[in-house]
Amino acid sequence: MTKTIARNHKPSAARDCLLAFCAASALFSAQYVIAAEPIRIGVIAEEQAISGASISQAAKMAADEINAAGGLDGRKVEIITYDNKSSATDSVRAFQRAAGEDKVNAVIASYISEVVLALEPWAARLKMPMITPGAASNEISKAVHKDYDRNKYTFHGYLTSAALSLEVCDAVKDLMVDKRGIKTAFIMSEDAAWTTPLDAGYAECLPKAGLTVVGHTRFSPDTTDFTPIFNQIETAKPDIIVTGISHVGVQPTVQWKSKQIPIPMIGIASQATNSSFWKETNGAALGVMFQSISSPDVAITAKTVPFAEGFKKRYGNYPSYCGYTAYDDVYMIVDAIKRAGSTEPDKMVTALEATDYQGTIGRVRFQGRDQEFTHSLVYDKELTGLIQQWHENKQVTVWPSKLAAGKTTFPAFVKLNAEK
Amino acid sequence: MNIAMQILLDGFAVSALYALGATGFTLIFGVSGVLNLSHGALMVMAAVIAWAATAYLDLSSFAAALVGIFACLIATVMTNFVIVRPLQKSRKIPEEEKEIFILTGTLLWGILIQELVAYFFTSNAKAVNPIFEGVRLIGGVRVPDNEIFTAIICWIIIGVLWVLVNKTTLGKVLLAASMNSKGVTLLGFELSKIYVSVWLIYGLLAGIAGVLLGMFLGVSSYSAGPLMASAFTIVVLGGLGSIAGSLYAAYAVGYLETMTAYLISPAYRTIPSLILLVVVMYVRPQGFLGRR
Repeated sequence: MTKTIARNHKPSAARDCLLAFCAASALFSAQYVIAAEPIRIGVIAEEQAISGASISQAAKMAADEINAAGGLDGRKVEIITYDNKSSATDSVRAFQRAAGEDKVNAVIASYISEVVLALEPWAARLKMPMITPGAASNEISKAVHKDYDRNKYTFHGYLTSAALSLEVCDAVKDLMVDKRGIKTAFIMSEDAAWTTPLDAGYAECLPKAGLTVVGHTRFSPDTTDFTPIFNQIETAKPDIIVTGISHVGVQPTVQWKSKQIPIPMIGIASQATNSSFWKETNGAALGVMFQSISSPDVAITAKTVPFAEGFKKRYGNYPSYCGYTAYDDVYMIVDAIKRAGSTEPDKMVTALEATDYQGTIGRVRFQGRDQEFTHSLVYDKELTGLIQQWHENKQVTVWPSKLAAGKTTFPAFVKLNAEK
Repeated sequence: MNIAMQILLDGFAVSALYALGATGFTLIFGVSGVLNLSHGALMVMAAVIAWAATAYLDLSSFAAALVGIFACLIATVMTNFVIVRPLQKSRKIPEEEKEIFILTGTLLWGILIQELVAYFFTSNAKAVNPIFEGVRLIGGVRVPDNEIFTAIICWIIIGVLWVLVNKTTLGKVLLAASMNSKGVTLLGFELSKIYVSVWLIYGLLAGIAGVLLGMFLGVSSYSAGPLMASAFTIVVLGGLGSIAGSLYAAYAVGYLETMTAYLISPAYRTIPSLILLVVVMYVRPQGFLGRR
């Protein structure tokens, strides 16, 4: 009996050992699987628009660089892209899919304010950290401020309309008021969510820059014939046109040139930030001044030029404005996960709030909970953005003066005092 | 600035372009009974190809315009042979349903062209290089030379079309086919050949209108829908199938839009012409010069 028991014991002990070994190795491999689980970032962008296409391209480039350097503690970064066809409905569907099926850890979404505003409640509901690389409406970050506990998952990775208007006013003062002695301005904007606060900002800061605002027009983004608008502007006899345009760009520029409107344009003109704008307008862009967050011709930081050139080498053209921010956003998300030590959304939000990152656009920090535009970029001397101008087939930075690569120049039909 | 003069000049050029775009559309309907809903997409394609010919191949403005028109010609011939003819000849589709099949077929064909343009050239707007640069003062109003050129070309082509339709044998056959297609067949003319020639004429008209529009205002793939809608408004207003009616309607719509844009707001530009369309539909459903 004893023998039997002993005999019975022997294989049982061996089996226990085997089981323990299996369990240990299973645990080990499970741990290994968890460790190797990639960080997934969903990118919802306007793939058919030149500005939007840069978002996913830049994000992929950043992910590849991070992965080539070994990832985050062995975890790869995976970018999952969704084409939203510039539609808010498609974006919401993509966001739900990203969170529900593709199990992403964070989302980088869109340059259209209306789209981001539609996604913001979904980021709150699904507790999904989201950064927009290019939308400007004040309402995005105001909503975070108003209902922080709910909307804290949304980060405004681009300048708000309020900050953009300040930047344009600062540049107008330096370039046009101080150097060319101009006195009057006319505000011309497309009718969209992001331009309402922009125009309000212009109306407030242009007088502070020493200009009288002699008129203001808002037109439908579907407008194709700008003759009546330019006619209205010319009747008011301003010295400059201050713009807020994004969905249109080629058509007003081409018609400005073909009708030889003698008033220079400066302001936000998103399409002008694309390197293909010269070709699209057949060179009518000459002299157009536009706000930009970064540029291949200016080393805002040590990262700017290598990124822009690397992007061109890989994709054949320079990135649009939201390419720079999307590239930085991937690094910032990965950095936040590293600091948080987790992909748990609330911990990621806390880590993202503490971001102090030297990116391609300057020093990136987010405004705090107590500030009016919570989670939007801090606009100061370390992140001013740029004002550029189209010269012969190239974009030249003309402001701020410490980063300027050239002086302002205008086509012959534009009437302006010579630079002092 | 003399606003009346501005409205007169701008309205004239815009209306001339509308007229050119709509005459082809109405011609096709008049002769072959086809409401071609790919009209806007074909015009956009002509303009974008003309733009690409300058941007990528460095062709001169004139050569690029010809490339755009030629591309449109090929696409319209394809519209006929790939979409319209197979549906017209099909025995599986009941005769009374063919019209709706062709309507749907051309609509989908138009969306296909529009999406292809967006895929290859993005949905950003493009401007075709103008053939003439510079401006001149007319009655105190600064008018681009290319705008004058646009209006002149439109009227020359409309004039040529008038001569073709009213003074040549081909034109008389087309006119006859629009009145009674069976009668024309009995007289020994082959209907399919007549259709091919009318599609060719249409392709030329749509191509030229598209390229001129691309020079005048610029177009994007998004323009296809609004262009289709404006051609449709004009043609229905003028009377389906009536070329002269389309001319009147094009000028009514063009001036109404320009006046609204100048005197009220550019944002409401298209509203009064749509109201006019509704009123005309109530009071005179056959349109200005429609036969039915």
